[in-house]
Amino acid sequence: MLIRRPSDILPSEITPRELFLRRRDFLKTAAGAALLTAFPAIAAEKLAGARNSLFSTTETPTPYKDVTTYNNFYEFGTDKSDPVEKAQRLNTRPWSIAVEGLVKHPRTFAIEDLIKLAPLEERIYRMRCVEGWSMVIPWLGLPLATLLKQVEPQGAAKYVEFISAADPQSMPGVKSRVLDWPYVEGLRVDEAMQPLTLLALGLYGEVLPKQNGAPVRLVVPWKYGFKSAKSIVKIRLVEKEPNTAWMKANAHEYGFYSNVNPAVDHPRWSQATERRIGEFQKRKTLPFNGYAAQVAQLYAGLDLQKFF
Amino acid sequence: MAVQPSPRQLAVLKILLFLICLLPLARLSWGAWQDSLGANPIEFIQRSLGTWTLNFLLITLLVSPARKLSGWHWLLRLRRMLGLYAFCYALLHLASYLWLDQFFDWQAIAKDILKRPFITVGMSAFILLLPLAATSSNAMVRRLGGRRWQQLHRSVYAISLLGVVHYWWLVKRDITLPVLYAALLAVLLGIRALWREQERRRQTNF
Repeated sequence: MLIRRPSDILPSEITPRELFLRRRDFLKTAAGAALLTAFPAIAAEKLAGARNSLFSTTETPTPYKDVTTYNNFYEFGTDKSDPVEKAQRLNTRPWSIAVEGLVKHPRTFAIEDLIKLAPLEERIYRMRCVEGWSMVIPWLGLPLATLLKQVEPQGAAKYVEFISAADPQSMPGVKSRVLDWPYVEGLRVDEAMQPLTLLALGLYGEVLPKQNGAPVRLVVPWKYGFKSAKSIVKIRLVEKEPNTAWMKANAHEYGFYSNVNPAVDHPRWSQATERRIGEFQKRKTLPFNGYAAQVAQLYAGLDLQKFF
Repeated sequence: MAVQPSPRQLAVLKILLFLICLLPLARLSWGAWQDSLGANPIEFIQRSLGTWTLNFLLITLLVSPARKLSGWHWLLRLRRMLGLYAFCYALLHLASYLWLDQFFDWQAIAKDILKRPFITVGMSAFILLLPLAATSSNAMVRRLGGRRWQQLHRSVYAISLLGVVHYWWLVKRDITLPVLYAALLAVLLGIRALWREQERRRQTNF
């Protein structure tokens, strides 16, 4: 029988003290992982991406639970809790985005192609909802510009139109006429090419939860949240300003630009302040949601009161 | 079937009703304590108190038609409590706006009341509720005299209408619930108009 003396134990075999102290956490994680494997519907697939500090706020991210249970995603209902309760039936694989219109190389990207297009980056952005609340969310994704450069927009292309999925089988909200489906959003080409504009595939280090717009959504952090279309199936480069879902619903209240602007109120409520989810007192809303240094020059000479 | 509770049974019924009416508030307090009101608890509390104000206004308006249809005259003895609960939830709803939502930012509040139609309407409804709550005691009914008291308290019809408008104008897009409240109110007010018209005809026929 071989009895090892202490000196026989290789240093690499010794559990570091800090890991040893966290051994119960390891068991819990392992148990959790086993559970998640048993119920794949709630299993969160990991997604890796290096933090891009240049584009990330140092503010404390909103807890994962709040980010994934308090959502506006009208395809699943108008209640904040509808998306997490009803989105799980959405089938996000296979999925592809058709990029077409005024482009030199129209192409359909499978979600797997998108992930390989560029190394994914983690970007911690502020998110300001038009309703007056805000969050801080660690997204994972790639700049929209990376995708657009692949298809090469033609000179005549002035706008980018985003079209979301509208499947009445898996999206119960689409049966109601609360909005004109499918959900359509749009950006100017220069806004779409702005390095902050992100195609998000994940958040908090994992694949995008369905209620947050899986498998791929837009994130435009200096605009109100509804501009960031979810579950995108088509991107079109066009000459004319797209007629977005919210403009069709109420052009008087929701403009094409919808830049976060404390000086331009929603006709029915003030936009001067916001409640950061998790905080008690309201905070002042910043012009362009705090991204003025990066994006204000896009709107030089534009009357922001008129083009709200 | 004529149901006539004894005074003792009625007293028990009142106590039970008093406790039942406290349940929405108890649920909110418990939820706030347990932090189980979701990601935006302030919004939840504010919305819930508003909804219950409307609920109690409509329940109060239901008493008189229910009495007429069932013949249970004692139902009227429960109406004051229901009306005062409507006022109580309205007061809490207003307090949640002033304190939790605006945190006593009086400048922003004044601007809101003047500039936001849905807040103007809600505030008006609350102010109109004040004289009703103040004249709810038996002593005040005697002081005003039954007829004048009744005329004053008919303003609850307008108040309820303002309450529904307040709700309708605040929702972003999905007006399903405001429409439902409007329909219920229309039934409750419509039935009164119908009965009054029938009464008027009967009297002119004599």
